[in-house]
Amino acid sequence: MKSRGFVCYAFAYLGFLYFPVLVLPIFSLNNSEFIAFPLSGFTARWYGALSSDGAMQHALGNSLKVGIVTALLSTILGLAAARAVTRYHLQGAGLALGFISLPLFIPDIVLGLSLLLLLAAAGLPLSLAAVVIGHLLVCVPFALTVLIARFEGFDRNLEEVSADLGEDGWMTFWRVTFPLMLPGIVASLLLTFITSFDEFLLAYFLSGTEATLPVYIWGQLRFPERLPIVLALGAIILTVSVGLVILAEYVRNLGVRNPTVGV
Amino acid sequence: MSFLTISRARKSFGSLTVVNDVSLELTRGEFFALLGPSGCGKTTLLRMIAGFETPDSGTIAIDGEAMNAVPPHLRPTNMVFQSYAIFPHLNVFDNIAYGLRKLRLPKPALRARVEAMLATVRLEGLGGRPADQLSGGQRQRVALARALVRQPKLLLLDEPLGALDKRLREAMQVELRAIQRQVGITFLLVTHDQEEALSLSDRVAVMESGRILQVASPRELYERPNCRQVADFIGEMNFFHATVRQIGGTEATVHAGILGIVNLPCAKLAPAIKPGDHILLAIRPEHVRFAETGLAGEITDATYLGERSHFHVKIAGRSEPVAVSGSVPPGDKTVHLAFPPENLIGLTTGD
Repeated sequence: MKSRGFVCYAFAYLGFLYFPVLVLPIFSLNNSEFIAFPLSGFTARWYGALSSDGAMQHALGNSLKVGIVTALLSTILGLAAARAVTRYHLQGAGLALGFISLPLFIPDIVLGLSLLLLLAAAGLPLSLAAVVIGHLLVCVPFALTVLIARFEGFDRNLEEVSADLGEDGWMTFWRVTFPLMLPGIVASLLLTFITSFDEFLLAYFLSGTEATLPVYIWGQLRFPERLPIVLALGAIILTVSVGLVILAEYVRNLGVRNPTVGV
Repeated sequence: MSFLTISRARKSFGSLTVVNDVSLELTRGEFFALLGPSGCGKTTLLRMIAGFETPDSGTIAIDGEAMNAVPPHLRPTNMVFQSYAIFPHLNVFDNIAYGLRKLRLPKPALRARVEAMLATVRLEGLGGRPADQLSGGQRQRVALARALVRQPKLLLLDEPLGALDKRLREAMQVELRAIQRQVGITFLLVTHDQEEALSLSDRVAVMESGRILQVASPRELYERPNCRQVADFIGEMNFFHATVRQIGGTEATVHAGILGIVNLPCAKLAPAIKPGDHILLAIRPEHVRFAETGLAGEITDATYLGERSHFHVKIAGRSEPVAVSGSVPPGDKTVHLAFPPENLIGLTTGD
């Protein structure tokens, strides 16, 4: 009896979590401009409309640019910081980590406003570059978390062995550190890319005339007749995002085996 | 000329002095052990030789070349780490070949050299095995091969057998010694296991609290320790407080409390000892004899060990029991002990 109650609760909980999300793909395939049950038949025309939407594709291009640059920069910065924190006894490392993670807990709207004011004060234009800077604030902590975990997972003696066997710091990085960190690096790239790609508030404040995809979608909501197209777009983003996160999780745990096991 | 020369090396971490004014000389081709309890500074000393730690003061020279300013990757040393640190992303062959990249050997020559090393450590045919499918003993062999294949002038081994179980450890001791004779490279081993140090090495340095107490052959360390700490650390030793009465010619007369007046050869006294000094007379358990007459005592503890047994004998007027190793004495619990003067050695009290 008791266990059945739990099962019901679990299903209710999952339904609450995922039903709203599932509405998106369902209505994106519905042959009607109105978002209402009952469904009025299957169509793929909203998806077709997407392929001829130049403005949407431009926004998509912007989002890809911002996402890729943000992912690369935050992973490189995260890699340097993670190595420093895990390999050297640094004074105030904990404090520095705390401050790096702080932007995660500052409301995005506050971050967005402050960056907006800063850019205005400095006389710099709103641009995709400004969006990248904003996204770095929220992506570096993610990269750092993933990469620190990976660094802590491998024996620091391995880098010393490499030096002992005649390789300098640079070659040691390429022959030992990088291959062992690679799953962490890929996971960090994927997670920071997705975080940047899906981010709305900062992009809304900082993008100016060059809308990213979420900003473009927000703009489209003013036109009721375009709503199904937006839903189709949302469904695609949803699928790709979930796919990338699952891939990142899978890659992140690759090769994590205790090296001392095996007798 | 010595091959490795460490001169007055000192290293502190914060307020803790880990290596304190250590000087040491190794000759080419010897198997040398640094022996001491954990925390005595032996691993730090080893890491200074490899270049992973920089001495605060003092110099290190290998084969006549000063090493202080040479980074680890350019030193003529290789190290077997305590954790073995096998590269997990490479197989056995690539682990061993790792340090040969700079030689730019043609493929067949590289293969031949790695295969020869695989044979030396008896891992023939395992070159293709991934690192995570190796047993503890195999990992140890790969670590050894990876270091030896570079033909270093000096091989450093940090507790190389510590992670192995007892039987494997004993087998590897024999093999390690054989490999050292075969390759002829100078080995410097760090260990806290006195048996390992004594059975493997030509010479041993005993370290405590960052200092070297004595450097000697295993036999000399056991038979002629130069201080109480070494005598205590190497095997078991009975100590008796004593006072030197007189030293004349080749014999010294010592008043040794419950042992009475003892005459022993001057050569058995530590060099600094003068008449009137308080000293310690020391004797190994296997040199104490059960006799018809002598110091009377009572056996409080006996451990049967086959050919010999180990006893604790309580003697009136002495708080610590005397340790005796020998065959089971006849009769009851009450025994008499004899302390042959030729087996007694005189040490300074150390304070």
